[in-house]
Amino acid sequence: MHELALMDAVQLLAEREVRRQGASRIHRLQLRIGSLAGVDPDALQFAFDVVMAKRCSEGATLDLEVVATVCFCSHCRQDFAPRDVIYACPSCGALSAQVLQGRELELVALEVS
Amino acid sequence: MCGQCGCEPAPIATPVATPVATRPRRLLNLEQGLLIKNEEQAHRNRAHFHRHGLLAINLLSAPGSGKTTLLEKLVATWPSPPVGVIVGDLATDNDARRLKAVGARAIQICTGDRCHLDASLVDRAFSQLDSQGMNLLVIENVGNLVCPTAFDLGEDLRIAVLSVTEGEDKPLKYPALFKTADAVVINKTDLAAAVAFERDHALANLRAVAPQAQLFELSARTGDGLGALQSWILGQLVPRS
Repeated sequence: MHELALMDAVQLLAEREVRRQGASRIHRLQLRIGSLAGVDPDALQFAFDVVMAKRCSEGATLDLEVVATVCFCSHCRQDFAPRDVIYACPSCGALSAQVLQGRELELVALEVS
Repeated sequence: MCGQCGCEPAPIATPVATPVATRPRRLLNLEQGLLIKNEEQAHRNRAHFHRHGLLAINLLSAPGSGKTTLLEKLVATWPSPPVGVIVGDLATDNDARRLKAVGARAIQICTGDRCHLDASLVDRAFSQLDSQGMNLLVIENVGNLVCPTAFDLGEDLRIAVLSVTEGEDKPLKYPALFKTADAVVINKTDLAAAVAFERDHALANLRAVAPQAQLFELSARTGDGLGALQSWILGQLVPRS
């Protein structure tokens, strides 16, 4: 629901970096989004098209890297990828509340000139 | 400077702009969190609350789950009043007025079109609150099961509220909130029979989705079951420094 606000934050970060690096255009922007980050990739692409259609980022493309959820089973001492919203270890069935990855929300890289 | 001996200012070189099209493209690796500003402010909030001897609770649910009624009862029965409350809604100060009426020191945040509270909104609201003599601060978030989950406000505890009228499978449909909750309250138990609420099914879903969470069943309206929640919160209080 707040993808537009997030994209505004992305643009602020990106434009600051462009100025700092003495560049003038953004060609490509790479984001890393965890599957638990509460962000919908389609809504994010829509927000990107709206927010980036101005100034130095006009025509830029968006690369979205979606990170799958990985949990840790404290009984088996091993990582596992949960099959659904119930994080049950595939080896022993124990439920896990330890999420190792899947909450990422990061600006990974910018391609500029 | 003449360029050799420093006798006069050197002419300022006019920068020759490289045509945009010919500048080489390059990749900047940033690896920067998008919510970093919120996380930093949340960290400051948490330290600030602790300096004031406050336990901070982030109270979250869908609209209409009974957060404000639950808070009214919690405030009215809290053994060491007053309780501080920061309450977020899209519009109106109805909730803050309800909470002040039962003795809370309450600040309303109207978020307009924003779907969640963030740490800087909470910081601004807290600066208007007289925290003298308080040991509990409850932040009632905007009624929303999705967006508020991603925003740390500087709380010590997250309490999610699910009412019996919302259905037993809500934890499966909206797992993110329940997975980050320290406690889940099943509210409106007085209506359970009327809506044929399947208690065992709901509890099983909650335990499967949120095995870390303490579970409480209560009716904020009748006060039934409220004592267990209050005792649990009392057990989490921040020692006065």
